[in-house]
Amino acid sequence: MRCAILPALLLLLAGGAAHAVQPDEVLPDAGLEARARTLSADLRCLVCRNESIDDSDADLARDLRLLVRERLLAGDSDAQVISYIVARYGEYVLLRPTTGGSNLILWLAGPGLLLAGLGVALATLRRRGPEAAPLSDADQARLDEILRS
Amino acid sequence: MIVELGHFALVLALAVALVQMVLPMWGAARGHAGLMAVGDAAAGVQFLLLATAFAVLTQAFVGSDFSLALVSANSHTDKPLIYKISGVWGNHEGSLLLWTMILALFGACAAWFGGNLPAPLRARVLSVQGAIGVAFLLFMLLTSNPFLRLADPPMNGADLNPLLQDPGLAFHPPFLYLGYVGLSMSFSFAVAALIEGRVDATWARWVRPWTLAAWVFLTIGIALGSWWAYYELGWGGFWFWDPVENASLMPWLFAAALVHSAIVVEKRESLKAWTILLAILAFGFSLIGTFIVRSGVITSVHAFANDPERGVFILLILAVFLGGALVLFAMRAGSLEGKGAFAMVSRESALVANNLLLAVSALVVFIGTIWPLLAEMVWGRVLSVGPPFFNAAFTPFFVGLAVILPVGAMLPWKRAEIGRGLRQVRLIAMLAFAVGALVFAVQTGRSALGPIGAALGVWVVVGALADLWLRTGRGAVAGRLVRLGRLPRADWGKATAHAGLGVTVFAVAAITAWVTEDIRVVPVGGAYDLGPYRVTLAGVEETRVDNYQTTRATMVVTRAGREVAVLYPEKRFYPVAEMPTTEAAIDLGVMRDLYLVIGDRQDDGSWAVRSYIKPFANWIWGGALLMALGGTLSLSDRRYRIAAGARKPALQPAE
Repeated sequence: MRCAILPALLLLLAGGAAHAVQPDEVLPDAGLEARARTLSADLRCLVCRNESIDDSDADLARDLRLLVRERLLAGDSDAQVISYIVARYGEYVLLRPTTGGSNLILWLAGPGLLLAGLGVALATLRRRGPEAAPLSDADQARLDEILRS
Repeated sequence: MIVELGHFALVLALAVALVQMVLPMWGAARGHAGLMAVGDAAAGVQFLLLATAFAVLTQAFVGSDFSLALVSANSHTDKPLIYKISGVWGNHEGSLLLWTMILALFGACAAWFGGNLPAPLRARVLSVQGAIGVAFLLFMLLTSNPFLRLADPPMNGADLNPLLQDPGLAFHPPFLYLGYVGLSMSFSFAVAALIEGRVDATWARWVRPWTLAAWVFLTIGIALGSWWAYYELGWGGFWFWDPVENASLMPWLFAAALVHSAIVVEKRESLKAWTILLAILAFGFSLIGTFIVRSGVITSVHAFANDPERGVFILLILAVFLGGALVLFAMRAGSLEGKGAFAMVSRESALVANNLLLAVSALVVFIGTIWPLLAEMVWGRVLSVGPPFFNAAFTPFFVGLAVILPVGAMLPWKRAEIGRGLRQVRLIAMLAFAVGALVFAVQTGRSALGPIGAALGVWVVVGALADLWLRTGRGAVAGRLVRLGRLPRADWGKATAHAGLGVTVFAVAAITAWVTEDIRVVPVGGAYDLGPYRVTLAGVEETRVDNYQTTRATMVVTRAGREVAVLYPEKRFYPVAEMPTTEAAIDLGVMRDLYLVIGDRQDDGSWAVRSYIKPFANWIWGGALLMALGGTLSLSDRRYRIAAGARKPALQPAE
């Protein structure tokens, strides 16, 4: 099970034995298997810490991986597989939070902050204004002359 | 007995820190030179006391003194010496002692090398530094004392977490702490400047190198952690957006922003209030990181330091220092009006854009990290925010940063012409686009990530080199080459660090887009194809080494009949900690890493094997090293050596 990287003192989780996807889980159909891997990367291993079922070696993660593949073999679309699993395990299982309801704040925070920051920066710049008007042609010519001499 | 001496030194350090907090500040307010000078002595003494405490704890670990609760919980006689030493900071209490000692070291540095600072400023800086020391020493003595004895010492210790018994990780925390705590310097300078109500170029000339040093340490620390994850965790991931990782990324981003905005203060006496705010936030996010890591509030039920008492204490420290500094900022920021005005298109504006993107990306990481907590508290939604969110929400800002970097770096100060700036980078843009298109053509049918990453990488790296070349002026190539060698080291540092960023951006895109993975069952003696290579599982043996048992496979990799490498992936089991670990075997290469992992034995005697080809893996950390090297080059610039080395007599206050 993978765990914290930084101040690694926190690691108490059981070892780094990364097994994740086992050879016997792999579907013979490469297209379905690729879809299963993509879906797995977005689903959380419920007993792990911030780890997808694709990376986890926990038994529960294996069960979920098999469930995903089972649904795919049954002909579900990607969205159907996800809603099947969310219906059973709740929103917590999604590593990519939905964009519904209060989560909109989460998704829009970045762009919103950027726009707000740009607004403040532009307003400040404009209020302060350029320190001097650009040189007139005559002044520029005089300056060039001085610089050349 | 010696242990009690360490304990005593810790208590004494608290007393000294209290003195350092109160007297110099009072002296600066009253203009009393003697009281101000107390700060210098106190900072030195505090560091010596904490160094003594740290040495005592190290000695207890090396000598396996299991009468200490901390040693018995985190060490073992069988452990190699280096991991006995790294065990000192491989736990909450010991790492906190290291944290506090480094804090005192920075304070002492301000006292030792701050001879050319105005005395009241130095006194106030030391006082703020002392206040932070008081907070952390109280925290340590009240909730996390490393020197507690056991009434009934065990015969042997419980061993250090096997994952931590690794050279990459042994030195990862010290670097990280040097970075985190180094930002306390910028914070102390910011608060001192707010109290004085004055920020000028001298101030920035001091803050910038210290921030740069902290940033270099953070870069190295983060890179070490990421590198360790890559080879130790068994599937070659290098960044997981774990809350604990995010805790180090946020201060890194703010420090990067601060390094850039301090340039504007130093050269143009502008952006003063913003720079002060960044300095406060950079250290504030170090503290927030400390809170995230040590309280266990966000890192969920599995976290180690899941202790409400400690969490509340750190929250209190955070509230006092971050809250206090921000209140002070709100009161005083208005008086910090800058002198140098600048036009909409100028180096200053480009640096504002850089700051905006870095700060927003850091805040995105912050919001994503605390969102599960917030959503549960406010809306009662139990949800997760994982790597897919961060990849989607963070990446655009960094791409934006990489896009504006070469243009902004070449714009002149004050006022620039957008047309001239674009002409300078036109060729580079065309080159980057061509490389991207070429990559797209070669890799047909794969994700767009590869070509975009390659184009961005070329854009930033070539842009950095072109910036350097343009600085040599005009004239014959030979003359410009000579001038290239004579450019200030700060220019070389800038170009190196920027190029490093380009290399890392490219490598992250490349490894994500082009990785090859293979999962299968192989009998002993069996062989399989992996890309252009052929891998043979020659044998598997079980042995016992030092303090662990190991299952070691021998795998021979050939290409077109020629042997490329013999690799020995392992599965280890540490009996004392009852923990298994995976040791991937990696054949390092410039263009690719071969990454082999041995899994479980199957019922029929064959083995599960995972193999990867990781393209350009080492470029990720190579880029980080270039960034750190660039920072170091810039630090060694003559201007700073003069600024730090010249020990002019301190100016005495006039009154």
